[in-house]
Amino acid sequence: MIRTIPEVPAELFRPAAFDEAAAERTGYARYSYWRSTFRTFLKSPVSIFLLALIVVLTTASFVYPLFAHMDLGAVNLDTETWNLSPNRDHVFGTDGLGRDIWALTWYGTRTSLLLGFVIALLDVGIGMIAGALWGYVRKLDRIMTELYNVLNNIPQTVFLVLLAYIMRPGFWTIVTALCSTGWIGIARFVRNKVITIRDAEYNVASRCLGTPLRRMITKNVLPYLVSILIMEAALTIPYSIGSEVFLGFIGLGLPIDTISLGNLVNQGKNNFMLYPYQLTWPTVILAAITVSFYIVGNRFSDASDPRNHV
Amino acid sequence: MGAYVLKRLGQSLITVSIVVLTVFLLLRLMPKNGYFTREDYVNMDRDARTAYLRNLGVLDDPFTQFGRFLSGLARGDLGRSITVYPRSPVLDVIGEKAPYSLWFGLAALALSMALGLGLGILMARFKDRFPDGAGTVYVTIVRAIPSLIWLFFIQQWVTALLGWPMVFYEDRPVSWVLPTISLALSGIAWYAIWLRRFMVDEENKDYVKFAVSKGLPWKRVMRGHVLRNALVPLVQYFPQQILLTIAGSLLIESIYSIPGMGGLLVSAIRQQDNPLVQALVLLYSVLGVVGVFLGDLLMVLVDPRIKLAESSGKGAAA
Repeated sequence: MIRTIPEVPAELFRPAAFDEAAAERTGYARYSYWRSTFRTFLKSPVSIFLLALIVVLTTASFVYPLFAHMDLGAVNLDTETWNLSPNRDHVFGTDGLGRDIWALTWYGTRTSLLLGFVIALLDVGIGMIAGALWGYVRKLDRIMTELYNVLNNIPQTVFLVLLAYIMRPGFWTIVTALCSTGWIGIARFVRNKVITIRDAEYNVASRCLGTPLRRMITKNVLPYLVSILIMEAALTIPYSIGSEVFLGFIGLGLPIDTISLGNLVNQGKNNFMLYPYQLTWPTVILAAITVSFYIVGNRFSDASDPRNHV
Repeated sequence: MGAYVLKRLGQSLITVSIVVLTVFLLLRLMPKNGYFTREDYVNMDRDARTAYLRNLGVLDDPFTQFGRFLSGLARGDLGRSITVYPRSPVLDVIGEKAPYSLWFGLAALALSMALGLGLGILMARFKDRFPDGAGTVYVTIVRAIPSLIWLFFIQQWVTALLGWPMVFYEDRPVSWVLPTISLALSGIAWYAIWLRRFMVDEENKDYVKFAVSKGLPWKRVMRGHVLRNALVPLVQYFPQQILLTIAGSLLIESIYSIPGMGGLLVSAIRQQDNPLVQALVLLYSVLGVVGVFLGDLLMVLVDPRIKLAESSGKGAAA
C-alpha cells in the first residue's frame, strides 16, 4: 500500500543560511577535568569544613609564634607556676616547666606540620620522578623492584639510629629517615598507575588517531597522576605526624627540647596520672589535624575519579 | 610452574642476601664504644677495651666479619647477644620471646579477619547508609589518629572501667583480652576498608549486572560472585600477615609489658647488639619475602584466571 505525501505548502519553509560559527559548535562538550573534580569535592559540606579547618590551623600555628614572643628556652624557677590546672591565665594549664600548654601546642603544631609538609613534598617529588621512570623505562623495572623489596625489608630503625649518629638527632634526621623509605612506596604506586594509563584503551585510541605526545601527556596522563599525587601528599602528612609521635615514644624522635606535637603528647602521656589535662589539648589538635588531612585526602581522591563526576 | 617457583626462590634469596649484607655493613659504621654496656666501659681500661673489642671480632674488616657470620649461619649458630642480653645465645633470646608475640598476633589476626571481613561486607551491603557511615568513622579514627594515642586511652579507661589489670600477667587470662583487642583494631580497619572497596568495585561490573538481570537472587550474586572475587586481592596478604605476627607490636607490648619480640629489634639496634640485629633482620626479611611469595601462590590457587609466570604487576592494597 502506497500513500502519497499530501501537498506541503511551500510558504511554511525558508532556506537556512550557512552559519560557520554554529557549525563549529557541534561535537564539543564544555567539560573541564579540574572544574568537575573541584565541583565534586566541594559539593560535600564536610570536605569544605575540614579544608577550612586545615587552613585555619595551619595559619594559626604559623602566625601565633610570630606574636607570642615566648622564650622557649627560659627556665622558670618559680615552682608556683609549674603543672598548673587550667585557670584564667592559662586556659589549658601549664607544663612541668611552667610553660603555657595552649602556647606550646601552637609551637608544636608548627613543627609537626612543617615536618609533614617537608616529608610530603620530598616523598611525592622523588616518588613521582622515580615512579614515572620506573613505569616508562622497561629496563629499570627489575632493578627498581629489587630495590623496593630491599628497602621494604630493612628496618627503618637502622636508618634512624645510624643517621642520628651521623647527623645529630633533629628535624632533618627524621625527614631523611622517613623519606629514605617513604619515596619508594609512592614511586611504586605511580609506576602501577603509569603502566595502566599508558596501555589504557583511550590512550591506544589517542595514539592511533595521531595525538601528539605532548598533548597525550598533558591531557591524557598528567591529570590522573596529579590527583593521585595530591592525595598521596595529603595522606603522607598525617602519616609523618603520626610517625613523629611513635618515634618520640621509642626515644628516637626530635630532641626533647624541640617542641613538637609528638614530644608534647609523649610528655603529657607520662604525666597523665597526675596532670591529665596536659595531654588533652595537644591530643585534640593532633587528632584534628591528622583526621582532617586523612579525610580530605580520601575525598579528593574520590572526587578526582571521573566516574564520580556528574 | 616449577621453573617459575625456582626462579622466584632464587630472586628471594638475592633480596634477603642484599638486605642482610646492607644491614650488616651499616651496623659496622656505628661507633666502637657502642659495644660496651655502661658499667663495662667505666670499669675497663684502654687495653681491656681493645681486648674486649678484638674478642667480639668487630676490629676485623667488615667482609671478614661477614664471612664469619655466614659460616656461623651454616652451622646454625647466630652468635651471642652483646649488650641487650649479655652473652645469651641469640636463638635462645628469640626462642623465649617469640611465643608471646606469636600467640597474641595469631589471636588478633583471627579476630581482625572475622570482625574486619564482617564489617567490610556490612559496609558494602549497606553502602551510603548507617553501617557504612559508622564503619567509615571507625576506620578513619583508627587509621588517621596516631595509634599511640588511642592505645593509651584504651588502656587507661577500659581497665579503670572494668577493673582489669593494667599490664599483662601470664597467669591471669583476663589480662590477655585488652592487648589482643588492641592489636586487632587496626587489622579490623584494614580488612573492612579494603573488602568494602573491592566489593563495591566488583558490584559495578557488567557480569554482576548481567547476573542480576537474568534473575539470580541478590544474595547469591553477592555471595557467589561479588564476595568471592573481592577476596582475591586480599588473599595475597594472608601468608605475610600470618608469618610476621612473630615480629610482635612494639607499642602494645611495651604499653602492657608483654615480654614479646616487639621492642627487641629497636633496642638491639640502639644498643648496637650486632648479632641480635643480624639474626632479627635475617628472620624478618626471610619471613617477609617468603610471605609475599606464598601470597602470590595462594592467589593463583584461589583464582585460576591469574597466571603468575608472565608479569608481577598486581595488587594495589597496601
